[in-house]
Formats: sequence, structure tokens, C-alpha cells
Amino acid sequence: MAEAVALCAPAIRREPGKFWIVPPAALLALLFFYPLALIARQAFLDDSGVANAAEIIRVLHSRFFLNALINTVTISVTATAGCLIVGLVLALILAFVPFPGSGFIARLIDTFIALPTFLVTLAFTFLYGSAGMLNSGLMEAFSLPLPPVDFLYSTWGVVLAEVTVYTPFILRPLLAAFSLVDRGQIEAASVHGARPFRIVRQVILPAAIPALIAGGSLCLLLTVNEFGIVLFIGAKGVITLPLLIYGKAIQESAYQVACVIAVVNIALSLGLFGLYRFAAGRLGV
Amino acid sequence: MLVWSRPSRIVLWLLFALLFGVLFLAPLAVILLSSLADQWNGVLPSGLTTEHYTDVISGSAGRAVKASLVTGFLASALALVSGTWAALSLRLQGHALRRLLGLLFFIPSAVPSVSVGLGLLVAFSHPPLLLNGTVAIVMIAHFVLISAFTFGNVSAGLARLSPDFEQVASSLGARPAYRLWHVTLPLLAPYLVAAFGLSFALSMGELGATVMVYPPGWVTLPVSIFSLTDRGDIFAGAALTMILVAATLVLLLGLERITARATGA
Repeated sequence: MAEAVALCAPAIRREPGKFWIVPPAALLALLFFYPLALIARQAFLDDSGVANAAEIIRVLHSRFFLNALINTVTISVTATAGCLIVGLVLALILAFVPFPGSGFIARLIDTFIALPTFLVTLAFTFLYGSAGMLNSGLMEAFSLPLPPVDFLYSTWGVVLAEVTVYTPFILRPLLAAFSLVDRGQIEAASVHGARPFRIVRQVILPAAIPALIAGGSLCLLLTVNEFGIVLFIGAKGVITLPLLIYGKAIQESAYQVACVIAVVNIALSLGLFGLYRFAAGRLGV
Repeated sequence: MLVWSRPSRIVLWLLFALLFGVLFLAPLAVILLSSLADQWNGVLPSGLTTEHYTDVISGSAGRAVKASLVTGFLASALALVSGTWAALSLRLQGHALRRLLGLLFFIPSAVPSVSVGLGLLVAFSHPPLLLNGTVAIVMIAHFVLISAFTFGNVSAGLARLSPDFEQVASSLGARPAYRLWHVTLPLLAPYLVAAFGLSFALSMGELGATVMVYPPGWVTLPVSIFSLTDRGDIFAGAALTMILVAATLVLLLGLERITARATGA
């Protein structure tokens, strides 16, 4: 023991700062990585603590799991595509066809990042719900017996809500990228008679691609993990992986099933996180 | 200017107004309107009332606001200390270790909040670490989820800091502790305030991990909004959502003012 201390001492004296990282790292290990490891352990063990792969295989082949997985991926990909399109259109107008107050509007959209995601779903109930403003208006105007608009309690309701919530995450890096585009180049191209579409395609889009890739992969990650929007819409047919984990653990107390699904969900999220870090690091966003 | 002709510019602005109106303005306006709606059977409410606000404030809202503010404050403060500590001490590591640890500190932001809650339930439901059913487990869940954002904000601030000040301080003989306290931390202050504000806002709106772990006596604002709307009391839910939005915005604007004054901008 004394020998070990003696061996360690010079190293400590030489680089005194090395060990400062230990307290925050230990805190994170205890509160985050240790529980994460236990989820994986619980997924492979049944309640009596015996390794049990049959349960994993049963869950992975079950209809509720496959449905949730398909829903999660479909919603995430569709919502991200929507965010990219809406974000690109909004950013192009804000950056290159500015109007009085466009700076303020950009900041207003940015504050959506800080607001809870379920706010939008709750608002959609009043706007597009069966007794909402749009349906009441259409029923009054055309004297319809039944509400004509009925997309809110489907995957489309979730997708539209997620587009609203996550477009700011595309807009922010895009506006940053556009602020670096040389205005002189655009003026020159347009003086030489290039049409706006051509300028967008040949000058502006190449500058935006890193931001689009990084923002898009961030959107994929956030939409896969989204919980509040799906919970608040509360449609029976729209169950995603996070919602399934909540249902199995809290409502059914089926912890092993919840842990198996959580392992899949976490693996999917970490894969997307890797994609995001790779894109952001590679493209220098 | 990309588009020169006035008519086409107006068309583009109308497109912008439509997207912005439908996606961003309408939801906020409608939440505000419904929180004040008396009866709402047609296109517009039949009258306005502040009844929902007085109802929720006299009911459970007071306790929910308190639970959210206390949780947000403590979790953000802990995340600020731990994130700043981690970002500062990472600078003392070698290149490879710094990259690896930096990645590990970011991972909590990538894991779905429900799974973070599930992990805490699995890990801390048995002695000696029995935290299930206590307020502490809610704080821990919030801390874990926001720690990556605080760490990221402070790291970004450190990366932008000019090394000159610290080098000058060292060459004038300032000891590391003095240099940290009197040079580095004051220079970082705007980033620290911004990090604290963002994590507070995130904590105020956190739902996924909280519904997994909260004890009956510690219902945060998002959880109580969900139970109100789940019961069909959507107007009261809207009023409580407005209280949450107002609290978040006041907090963010207040912290922004402090930062602006501190940096003299």
C-alpha cells in the first residue's frame, strides 16, 4: 500500500490538474451511466435474476413493439423532412428577402426552443380538434353534420406538432450559415441575369448543406426521443417507443419489458447522436 | 437582395406570414385565448373570463409552480457547478482523453428522457440507494437531463475565451485558484448565466422523466397540466400552460438583462 502511494505521488505532483475531472465524472457515472447499465442488465434478467433471453425475443417479435418502432421511425423521418423544408423556406426569406421586423420574428421563433413541447399539442386540440376552431368554422360555413378535419389524432397530428417544435433547431444553424454567404456574390449573379432559383441552387444551397445535415440529424434524434407531444395527443393508434416504455413501466409495472424496449430506443438514439456528432464535427457547424 | 421585383417579394412575404402564422403564432395565440375563454362552442369563445386562472391558482397550481421552480433552481444550480467544473477540468486533460470525456458528458442529452427516468427507477428503488418516492429523484432526473446542455454552453464559452488574459495573469504570478476566481470565471460569467437560464427553462418544461419518477407530493407544472387535460379540463390546462410560459419567459428575459448589463452591451 505504502509502495503504491509512493509510486503515485510523483505523478500527482507533476500533473496536479489531472484529477479535477474526477468529481463531475463520478457524479455523472453514478447518476447516469450506472442506471443506464442497470437498464441493460434488467433487460437480460427476469424478476428472479436469472438470465432469460426468451423474454427479449418475445418482446422484439411482439406486435406492440414492432408497431411502436415503425411509428417512431415514420414520424421521425416525416417530421424531420417537414422541418428541413419549412426551415429552409423560412430561413431563405428571413436572410435574403428581409422585411421590417424580420430580426424580431427570427428571435421569436428561437424562443420556441425554450418552451415545453406539449404546448403545441394542447393548442392543436383547440385549433384542429373535433370541436376546435377549424372544424367549427367549416361546419358553420358549409352546414356540415360532422367535423370534416380529422388528422389530429393520427400520425399526421404528431408530425405537424413536431414540425412546429423542431423547425427552430434547423432555422438557427441555417441563419448562421446564411450570414456568412457573400452578399456581393449574389448581387453579381443577379446583375448578370441569374434567376433567383439558380442563385439559390448554385450559391446559397451549397453553403447551407452542412447546416442542413447537422440540423436534420439533430431533428431525427429529438423526434425519436419526443414524449410530450405524443402523450398529449393521446391517440390509441399512435404509440411510439418512449410512450411504450412509459406505458409498460408505469401503467403495467412490466419493468423487464420496459427495459428491453428502452435498450432498443437508447441504441437508436445513440446511433443518431453519433450521426449528428459526425456531421457537425466533419462539417464544422 | 435576392428578389428584386416587388410583387414576387410580396408573394414570398405572404408565404412567410402563412407558415409563421399557422405554425408558430396560431398555437401561442390560441393557448392564450383558450385560457381566457368562457364558453367555447363555436369558432370563437362566447366570452372572456379570468376564472380558469383563479381556479388553478386557488387549486393545485400554487404547489405545482413551487415544485417546478424549486426543482428547476436546484437542478440547474447543480448542473451549473458540475458542468462548469467538468468543462474547466477537461482543459487539463490530454487530447484523446479530453475528446472521449467530452463526448461522455454530452451523451445524457441524446438519451430519451423516459429512459433516463426508467434507469433511475431501476437503480434507486432498493436500499442502500433508496430514492424512489422522494423529491431527490426528481431533482436527479432533471439534473441528468440538463447537465449536458450546461456543459456544452460552458465549453463553448471557454473555447471562445481568449487565452491571453489567463496567460498574462499567470505570468504576473497569479496562483491557479486566484486566476480561476478572478480571471476565468468572471470572463465566463455571461455564458454561465445563459447556461443557467436555458437549463432552468428546460427543467420547467420537462415531462418525460418526471412522469416516470415523481412522488405524489411533488407534482411539477407539466405533470399537473397533463393530468388536467387528461381529465378533460383543457381550459384549466391552457391557463396553467400560460403560467408556465410566462414564468419561463420572465426568467429568460430577466437573465438576459443581467447578462447584457454585466457585459455592458
